[in-house]
Amino acid sequence: MDTSSPAQPLLVYGYGNPGRQDDGLGVRLVEELEAWAHKQGMRGVVFDSNYQLNAEDALAVASSREVIFVDAAVEGVEPFEFRRLVPGRQISFSTHAMPPESILALAEELYNATPPAWLLAVRGYAWEVQEPISPQARSNLDAAFHFLCDWLLGSGNTAEDKR
Amino acid sequence: MTRKIVIDPVTRVEGHGKVTIHLDAGGNVAQSRLHIVEFRGFERFVQGRPYWEAPVLVQRLCGICPVSHLLAAAKAMDVVVGAGTGDGLPPTAEKMRRLMHYGQIFQSHSLHFFYLASPDLLLGHESDPATRNVVGVALTHRELAVQAINMRKYGQEVIAATAGKKIHGTGAIPGGVNKCLTEAERDALLHGPAPLNADQMVTWAQGAVDFFKNYYRKNKEFVDGFSQFPSNHLSLVRADGGMDLYHGVLRGVDADGKRILDDVDPQDYLEHFREEVKPWSYMKFPYLRALGPEKGWYRVGPLARLNTAEFIPTPLAQAEFEEFKAVTRGKPNNMCLHTHWARLIEVLHAAESMRELLQDPDILGGELQVKGRRRAEGVGLLEAPRGTLFHHYRVGDDDLIEMANLIVSTTNNNEPMNRAVNCVARALLTGVKEITEGMLNAIEVAIRAYDPCLSCATHAYGQMPLDVTLLDAAGAVVSHRRKPGR
Repeated sequence: MDTSSPAQPLLVYGYGNPGRQDDGLGVRLVEELEAWAHKQGMRGVVFDSNYQLNAEDALAVASSREVIFVDAAVEGVEPFEFRRLVPGRQISFSTHAMPPESILALAEELYNATPPAWLLAVRGYAWEVQEPISPQARSNLDAAFHFLCDWLLGSGNTAEDKR
Repeated sequence: MTRKIVIDPVTRVEGHGKVTIHLDAGGNVAQSRLHIVEFRGFERFVQGRPYWEAPVLVQRLCGICPVSHLLAAAKAMDVVVGAGTGDGLPPTAEKMRRLMHYGQIFQSHSLHFFYLASPDLLLGHESDPATRNVVGVALTHRELAVQAINMRKYGQEVIAATAGKKIHGTGAIPGGVNKCLTEAERDALLHGPAPLNADQMVTWAQGAVDFFKNYYRKNKEFVDGFSQFPSNHLSLVRADGGMDLYHGVLRGVDADGKRILDDVDPQDYLEHFREEVKPWSYMKFPYLRALGPEKGWYRVGPLARLNTAEFIPTPLAQAEFEEFKAVTRGKPNNMCLHTHWARLIEVLHAAESMRELLQDPDILGGELQVKGRRRAEGVGLLEAPRGTLFHHYRVGDDDLIEMANLIVSTTNNNEPMNRAVNCVARALLTGVKEITEGMLNAIEVAIRAYDPCLSCATHAYGQMPLDVTLLDAAGAVVSHRRKPGR
């Protein structure tokens, strides 16, 4: 949803499979964030989600002033990690999906676009073919949600690395 | 010393696979196997759920080809709700589904060729693995990469317009569809601003076929000889023998073109198919019952479809089909890398079909759903991008699913992929003193030609490493190499 029509919106992009429990953290968070932003009447923010990232997402990245990718994390920091991404040309291999660094590299190579980009990696714990997010991951999602709300309202816009 | 080489997981295929190659004391390939860690819990997961939920539920199986599962489940449930066996839907419903399906074929095939296969072809399968990927293609073939992105995006927009949304689409329902296109949606897809319109997609699809033919002319010996082996071929075809990726009868031909499965109604598939279990793989090995497991295995997918079909019912793809068939003088084509050629001809067919459907007024309105006498069982078959996809459900009087059986395209290609691995391993690894990364990748090239989708693994950040392990006869690790997943 584009809550306004700015030429260069901020893109919040969640990815994962909601049918695989915590793998859907990114998609769920973006859904909830979009609903919140709509109520806030927020302008200049575009929300999108998909099962995984792929090369065509370079097009959306290239037309954004700033990008926040939201994904589930199998390991790492609890409740979430928020860190700056840089284009990664050295992907040693890929599957049908691509890591966000490679999407940034494609946007740079193909469209000469280098918007600042961050990854919000929300820690998950369960990955079976079930829909409910695990209770602990739900708690992590809530923490990440409040963090991103603050970010979008402007309080975190100057921070590049946060935990 | 006998050595065992392990590639785990196979890169640039969906999910996880592992290849083991056993070398004997003389350095000859003694045995090779493709092990698949396939997720089999899904069939149990849908048991006990209302039948009308199945088309949405099955999309959880795979984030790569959810539309194929959506449509196959919907087709099976058409039978359950008494809407016929695939050919009884109202014109609007069937055409909307076909448009959705061709959008899926178009974007999936474009993804496979340009992103997954072309790095090997354009950059060479022995080139630096650090750049042998889509980013490497972008660096060296910028125009092609941009074109591929737009083709993929167009296909996804067709899916979004027909399925309703990108994740867990709801467009296909038991007995029909729940939406048709608005004029605005139709106009955007048909005549939208360049490059995202139907004419441009047909032009680019033609260019993609030309691209491969040009590559083929320069590399004929390699393309023809790489992993060539005789096999049976299986797909749906139209009743008149024409290619039909959405609905038809099951036809099988052997390596010489002799009919081994004669236009069988998909509802009767259980009478003709069996699945063999082998102790070293989680994935079953389907075969034709009449021929048994040794002789009854078959290939599915683009190459098989061009081998079983007598013609393609769109003019530009038909012209390419005739050129393709001329290479083998009309006989079945058993050359592994010709699968890419076949795949691109299907891209062209999909582009033509989408344009044709978008010009049809039926997609703008009409009856969306029909129902008839309720039945207890339904089978839905579809030619998914990777090959024939089987969905079979039994539904109780309480409307809950009692049984589900899915045979996915990659399972159908299990034996051919194993043969392909063995073919390349014997050609490249016999008698060599050192196994190079390029040699190992060549094995993956053979697997990737089948575009295997090893069920949708969770992709969460931090996964997908590549492990290469060398073990001796006693199982001790001789060497191990690991590529980071990110």
